[in-house]
Amino acid sequence: MDASAGQPRGRLKVFLGMAAGAGKTYRMLLEGHAELQAGRDVAVGLLETHGRAETARLAEGLPAVSRRSVRYRGTVLEEMDLPAILSRAPELCLIDELAHTNAPGTEHRKRYEDVEDVLAAGIDVLSTLNVQHLESLNDHITELSGVRVRETIPDAILGRADEVVLIDLTPEALLERLRAGRIYPLERIDAALNNFFRIENLAALREVALRQVAEEVGAKRLTTELVGSREESLAADAPQAVGERLMALVEPYPRAQRLVRRAWRSAQRLGAELDLLWVKAPGQELSDDEQRSLSALRQLASVLGARLLEEESDDLAAAVVDVACRRGTTYILLGHSRPAHGLARLRLPLPQRLMQSLPGVDVRIVADRTRRPNGDRP
Amino acid sequence: MNALGTVAVGVLGVLLGILAGYWLPPHGRLAARNRPRPVRRILLPFTGQAISRRAFEAAVRLAKAENAIIMPAFLARVPMNLPIETALPVQCAGGMPLLEAIEQSLTSQGVPVDSRVGRGRSARDALRKLLQQEHFDRIIVSADEDQRGGLGYDDLRWLLARVPAEILILRPAPEDTRRISVEAVRGHF
Repeated sequence: MDASAGQPRGRLKVFLGMAAGAGKTYRMLLEGHAELQAGRDVAVGLLETHGRAETARLAEGLPAVSRRSVRYRGTVLEEMDLPAILSRAPELCLIDELAHTNAPGTEHRKRYEDVEDVLAAGIDVLSTLNVQHLESLNDHITELSGVRVRETIPDAILGRADEVVLIDLTPEALLERLRAGRIYPLERIDAALNNFFRIENLAALREVALRQVAEEVGAKRLTTELVGSREESLAADAPQAVGERLMALVEPYPRAQRLVRRAWRSAQRLGAELDLLWVKAPGQELSDDEQRSLSALRQLASVLGARLLEEESDDLAAAVVDVACRRGTTYILLGHSRPAHGLARLRLPLPQRLMQSLPGVDVRIVADRTRRPNGDRP
Repeated sequence: MNALGTVAVGVLGVLLGILAGYWLPPHGRLAARNRPRPVRRILLPFTGQAISRRAFEAAVRLAKAENAIIMPAFLARVPMNLPIETALPVQCAGGMPLLEAIEQSLTSQGVPVDSRVGRGRSARDALRKLLQQEHFDRIIVSADEDQRGGLGYDDLRWLLARVPAEILILRPAPEDTRRISVEAVRGHF
């Protein structure tokens, strides 16, 4: 329920695909027709046919809201007309390409922000998205495909969708479509085949898309199980994380790199984001060795796609709890603590303090395998 | 002093002993503190998912003889069409387990280790950046034209001409098929 508008929020359904040409827009239009025939007031808010005759044919018969012209640096650009959609107020609106960046001078910078307004007005929305546009997957997909996708959307947008439908297709079938000229005009086919549309790219993107939807399904199932139960209030208070988010506690010493690598592997397996947290004492001066270790940690974090966070506090546990709550951490990894001495021996050890302060967050102490007795030399 | 007093003093002594043992740092830490710190730094760069065992063993021998620290460095290559600061999870999927395997082996042999990751447009560029950031006393590489983990001959020429460090290049031998690879990682990684 959207409290500000005083009316129920519309439902968002996203058709997710691994690449252009998978059939997302086609499927969206098919559903639009089905809803129209069922008697609902349907309108196409924005459709990108990319010159595909098949898609344009399917759009025939669906009422559409005209685009508006936006002048930008002497060029006239065609953009979705958000005010017209809100004024027309259909029951269901079809809005293609959720990750699109709007021309300057429109209400919002990104199309997903337009969609938020449409949903807030109580209008249901069908939309489309390619998996490489998801912010958290951007680095991974860039390295896989060699193409940096500039138009991204926060994962939370997809997380808030009421339904996510995967439009799946084998890489071979997609390439077949491309070669048949059903995705791009003939003159662009060779370039596409040599760049993005390589079978290894498509196979990797398909895997990413399948995993993404599997995670969405898992998250929705957990939410459904909690509704109405006494844990509901706990769930509402919990940070809204998409999937898992790991945090490794590091210090500027060489051994921290091992912990980071192990944490990264765990994050890879879980398809999770990784944060590294270093809590330094206020005013702490670093020695030359520590400076070098910190610099190496920064480089390692950057290459792995992890984020190194630096906090200043004299209470390690409190700082970790604070950052974990802010970042929506679901999993904390730490190495062996140094032996406590003096009054510190009387305090509860860090892992126990974290478990007490962060219920629902897993805490894992990473073993130092180099110290395992009777290990075989490689 | 009566018997009760003697017992009380004895018990007090034992208690003081226990407390002193409890508050003082463990013996191992004192020993570690007294151990001489390594001074020389040996760089052991690699690019693939395996390195020559000969190069590795040479590094270990030298590190033990010179009380040096070995710095294995994974050199990651960023394609020209990507920003230089881009994350490289696919290359790291091979490089990180190998770093782990090398560290495990070195630590089990009592050799200090401090890993690095370099990133550049080529292995040479990554190495150049690493050398600009830090000083290394010695660099050990295996001449490995097939690029399975070492540096090519052009890179080695560049290394000899431009880098002000002692450079040990190991000649590739036909019988040198033993390599340290990612399969050597103990436990799951």
